[in-house]
Amino acid sequence: MRSLAIASIGAAIFATSAFATEVAPDSVTFGEGGTVATSLTGVAGDPASGRKLFANRKLGNCLACHVNSELSEQQFHGEIGPSLDGVASRYDEAKLRGILVNSKMSFEDTMMPSFYRLKNGARTMKKFDGKTILTAQQLEDVLAYLKTLK
Amino acid sequence: MKKLLSTVALGIAALTIGQAASADPSRTAKLVIDGTEISTHAKGMAGGPLDELYSGWLFRSDETRALQLDDFDNPAFVFVDDGETLFNKVDGSEGKSCSSCHEAGDFKGLRPVLPRWNEAKGKIYSMENYINDCRTERMGADKWKWSKPKMTSMVALISLQSRGLPINVATDGPVADIYEKGKELYYTRVGQLDMACSNCHEDNYGNMIRADHLSQGQINGFPTYRLKNAKLNSIHARFKGCMKNIRAKPYGQGSDEFQALELYVASRGNGLSVEAPSVRN
Repeated sequence: MRSLAIASIGAAIFATSAFATEVAPDSVTFGEGGTVATSLTGVAGDPASGRKLFANRKLGNCLACHVNSELSEQQFHGEIGPSLDGVASRYDEAKLRGILVNSKMSFEDTMMPSFYRLKNGARTMKKFDGKTILTAQQLEDVLAYLKTLK
Repeated sequence: MKKLLSTVALGIAALTIGQAASADPSRTAKLVIDGTEISTHAKGMAGGPLDELYSGWLFRSDETRALQLDDFDNPAFVFVDDGETLFNKVDGSEGKSCSSCHEAGDFKGLRPVLPRWNEAKGKIYSMENYINDCRTERMGADKWKWSKPKMTSMVALISLQSRGLPINVATDGPVADIYEKGKELYYTRVGQLDMACSNCHEDNYGNMIRADHLSQGQINGFPTYRLKNAKLNSIHARFKGCMKNIRAKPYGQGSDEFQALELYVASRGNGLSVEAPSVRN
């Protein structure tokens, strides 16, 4: 009886939520070389939103570490990671998604944060503990933007 | 046409120089205060993590560096003056001030060797611990908080007596375990952003992280006046700020962890000169 109720709640969520097919951070499947082949949301990423997230210091903050000529109107591009000019010509979508989700699956010991992973460094502040840096859709948006950098 | 071409060439040269200047600590700047040069670089310990040690001063802009060249321009000296006033002020049940027992100049040589093992207390001591012991045990006065203005002003006054002397903390003997603990903390990745001190200050010093030029994270200039918050900042308060930036829960100021980290980070700068009170971003 109880399981029936749970099943029907589940069905209701499945039926009404636009994120019904969203992949939970713990359920992401990695392929060869740290790739993630399928979209985390099933909803196409929005490159315009991704462009904003790229520069946003509290969300993507990609510009803190990477040069990106496409965002030349923004001052101060970081020099920590590689330039992202032409990054979509170097990596395909699955590889880029994999790097964003969990960079360590692609590059062992990289300093790059993992943007869709629940368990990160020790002593994570309560406010951020058990949370991902980006939501699944935000990550897909950033990915859609990166794919324009050819 | 020729003029245009040479202008373009100049522009390119300027751009290249600009980038080179931002990518490295300054190779030419000299820290000369009142005619006395203070060395801002040193050789790292043999077998240590850094071949060359660079003061954070070398990573700052020309304008910020200039503020430290003259004690009248250095905004930290307002607080050194406060420290001097406090030094002479009677406080507590015993009717004493610091100057009842000490002259500020007596402390020349203390800053370079702190933190160190205090045998009588059976623990590691930072300058803040010594100051509070004097206050509570000799003066009958209340403790000061680790990073509040009275404490940082007093630490600045006492540290200034050693300006120009090389940092020389001991890492062996009774502090050997604390040193190892500090080293472990330095290389442990923390916070949601999952980074260790070493990611920025060992692997990437000299690189820009957005608008900030990453230094080696040396602490020879502390307490340091930061333009960002217009006050003196303690070593532990700076550690706290770094941890919060990477979304990690900071250890307490004055905690065993931060004292271990203070010892380890200080030791990475053994050989650099005491620069307190310095000016940074």
